Amino acid sequence: MKVPMTEYLRIDLDTEKWECRVCDHVIAPAEGNYKEGLLVHNRNPRDIHPPIIDPEKYRFTFSPDPDWVRILEFCCPSCGTQVETEYAIPGHPPLWDMQVDVAALKAQWAARGPSAVPDAGPVVMPDRGHGH
Amino acid sequence: MNDMSTRAKMPSTEEITLIKKFLDDTTLFLGPDPEIMQNHDLMPRTDIEDAAITTVSDAHTVAKIRDRIQAGCDEGFEMVEQMGAAPGAKWGDVITGVYSASGDLAIASAGGVLIFSALVHHPIKFIIKNWMNDPTVGVKEGDGFIHNDSRYGNVHNTDQSMILPIFHKGKLVCWVASTVHEGENGAIEPGGMPSMAESPSDEGLKMSPFKVVENYQIKRDILTFLQNSVREPKLQYEDMKVKLFACLRIKQRIEETLNTDGPEALVATLRLTMENVRAEVKRRISEWPDMTVRTYIIQDSTLRENCVVKINCKLTKIGDRLIFDFRGSSPEFTNRATNTIVAGLKGMLAQVFLCYVWPDLPRGQAAFAPIEVITDPHSIVNCSYDAPNSQSLMSIFTGFTAGQHAVAKFLYSCPEKFTKVHAPTFNMINTFIWGGVSQHGETLGNLCADLNGMGAGATVNRDGEHALAPVFATMADIGEQELNEEEVPFLQLVSKKMTRDAIAPGKYRGGQGYTMMVATKDSEQWGFMTTAQGAKIPPLQGLFGGYACGTYPLCKVKDVDVYDVLMNEPERFRHSIEDLMNEQPFDEASYSTHHMGMGFEISKRGELFMISQGAGAGYGDLLERDPGDVIKDIEEGLISPGVAARLYKVVFDAKTLAIDFDATEAARAEERQARIARSTPYAEFIKGWNKPKPPAHLQYFGCWGDDTGTLYMGSPEITRRGDQPRPNYMTHPKDVRIAELEARLIAAGAMGDEKK
Repeated sequence: MKVPMTEYLRIDLDTEKWECRVCDHVIAPAEGNYKEGLLVHNRNPRDIHPPIIDPEKYRFTFSPDPDWVRILEFCCPSCGTQVETEYAIPGHPPLWDMQVDVAALKAQWAARGPSAVPDAGPVVMPDRGHGH
Repeated sequence: MNDMSTRAKMPSTEEITLIKKFLDDTTLFLGPDPEIMQNHDLMPRTDIEDAAITTVSDAHTVAKIRDRIQAGCDEGFEMVEQMGAAPGAKWGDVITGVYSASGDLAIASAGGVLIFSALVHHPIKFIIKNWMNDPTVGVKEGDGFIHNDSRYGNVHNTDQSMILPIFHKGKLVCWVASTVHEGENGAIEPGGMPSMAESPSDEGLKMSPFKVVENYQIKRDILTFLQNSVREPKLQYEDMKVKLFACLRIKQRIEETLNTDGPEALVATLRLTMENVRAEVKRRISEWPDMTVRTYIIQDSTLRENCVVKINCKLTKIGDRLIFDFRGSSPEFTNRATNTIVAGLKGMLAQVFLCYVWPDLPRGQAAFAPIEVITDPHSIVNCSYDAPNSQSLMSIFTGFTAGQHAVAKFLYSCPEKFTKVHAPTFNMINTFIWGGVSQHGETLGNLCADLNGMGAGATVNRDGEHALAPVFATMADIGEQELNEEEVPFLQLVSKKMTRDAIAPGKYRGGQGYTMMVATKDSEQWGFMTTAQGAKIPPLQGLFGGYACGTYPLCKVKDVDVYDVLMNEPERFRHSIEDLMNEQPFDEASYSTHHMGMGFEISKRGELFMISQGAGAGYGDLLERDPGDVIKDIEEGLISPGVAARLYKVVFDAKTLAIDFDATEAARAEERQARIARSTPYAEFIKGWNKPKPPAHLQYFGCWGDDTGTLYMGSPEITRRGDQPRPNYMTHPKDVRIAELEARLIAAGAMGDEKK
């Protein structure tokens, strides 16, 4: 049984692996940090939140200060889907944000059965495949 | 050497009794009681409650009585909202409720500020513990108690409660209370939330719970003292009366229930309501996956200076236990006002559940009662008695967001949900606090209710709503500015206009906020302050690949009278911050930007102060956003065409906005490949990225990485242990600036022969 844990990640309870819900790529062991199986990009926050007022004239521009904060973008190495973002202080180790008790998860879903699996998920893109 | 033992002699039982009696008889000061203040769970079931439940436990009877009491609370809420003088009352910053005889909030009004549901039981328990049997005070029928000091249980000292005991045939059966964000409280800045406070002594009225009503009449001598201590004496009187009469109306509804069903039915209903909600919360938690979720939210200022202040959150669910661990968050600031008492943090976490996770549950203290909270002592989320906390909102709101962000990751896989999975809602009170002498000669101090227009976070299946509601009161209103302007000497020249490109992108984008431009008109004694963070670092995190909001500064245009401009050269005026600041259309005017912690500042006629509300966070990968929704955002002025095309990779005709779907799909496929190409495998990435300490160029407060036991205190070289408090003083920003300028003078050899 495969349990969707986030918009783009699921755990295969049989193989005990994190998987991409868009392309079925096997990402990492379920008891570990899924981020270890993803790619990371250190994004300048000004790319995403552009200055609204002129940065040549003003100290504060509606755009985050790139010396104070960065955006870590985590994507699937197979399909490039952006799985998670993390606004991080420069140099701060990325968080192990979801540390799952896999044995408890298996027991919980053994009692529920597969019919209880929620059906929300990523947009179905025929040329990218989907796994839910 | 003398043979003197340093070991103390153990006192006998008799001596211990004597010592205890001595201490009880000679307590010099009844300060906030840690036994009360650190406990948010329900009081144990009493023998009276047990006997009542034995008599009445039929579910239909309990439901009927609960609905009657609920209706009474809502009636009291309506009274306060309709009659209250404080802006906070008019726009829903209120709660009314019925408390058990032991002081637990059993049933609260459905609307208003539910953060109070986990807070205002503390002062009632203080009254029970200290005044009930004190011969100089006592608790009698007809009494009423007032309270505002957050250290005895409150969000901040702007909030005032009226508390009445309810008796039946001479026996205390329950309490009723009404709490309102009154605003003005005589602090060093108007409006009740001074960001300039450097100690509790700067924070105005500090009312520990005391008796202010006897025989249902407000005692005039005490009232006069309170009026004499604040800037708005008429408001103080009016709202004390309003709260008292709201409590009396709820009392009337309770008495009707007592007359028809008897005291046992009432007591059993209050107790069973709480116990059943508590049990249901445990059941719902048990449906979540067993997991630990970690997140952190950054405050980028103390409201006095920019710095990096971490709110660290580890949320663990094991079986039916849910444990918030905020250890590793910033140390408290000894002389800054952004600290909170831990009960304030718990109140906002209760708000996560009551408003965003389980809004179907009866409102009351029980919904958060079984959830555990761990903090470091003397930290920014559990501050000491001696630390100012008038701007606790900064820490409880960022604590709220940490909770909201973490909870979403538990909820996604749950088959049984009561709301949609939700990205963080904007969490800062981007509004103007104002004060001075009005055009009518009245001394006033309060705020614009536009703070209630926080942009909502996106959900699993739709965009966040714009300027929707504050995180602390999902049923609140932003008020009618035109009505407000009849009483205050300034206009909002631009209002309710969305701030373009202040976005939180995602598959579903966050709801945006609107621009506010204010200018004083009819008073020479009027000013503004702003109290928000997030001008350098967003105070949110995105969810599942979505982005947080951007940042929001304060902009000023001085040396201009825009009213003259509007009268004589209206074509020069611009209706957006973007155009005014970039085009600088007024000759001779000065244009500047600032962080959002502006201390109270007198404004001259026609000078512009400009801010924007903030956006909620985005949800999901922005390349999955429906291209039609991107174009709709352009049409609605939320995003500029260039930014939309660049971020969302939507290809469209610049004139007609017609979408080229094939080209869009190709551009998005190309961007996915570009992501892969520019990104690095995790293990390789962290080799270059991870640093053992915070960067030296930032004043950083809180833990770093996994070591939550070491708290940095503004420098990579200054730390404390999480469990070992140390003072944490900040230098006055003006002294910092003077030192910078003096250093430049010295470097330039321009200090002359000034003696030291």
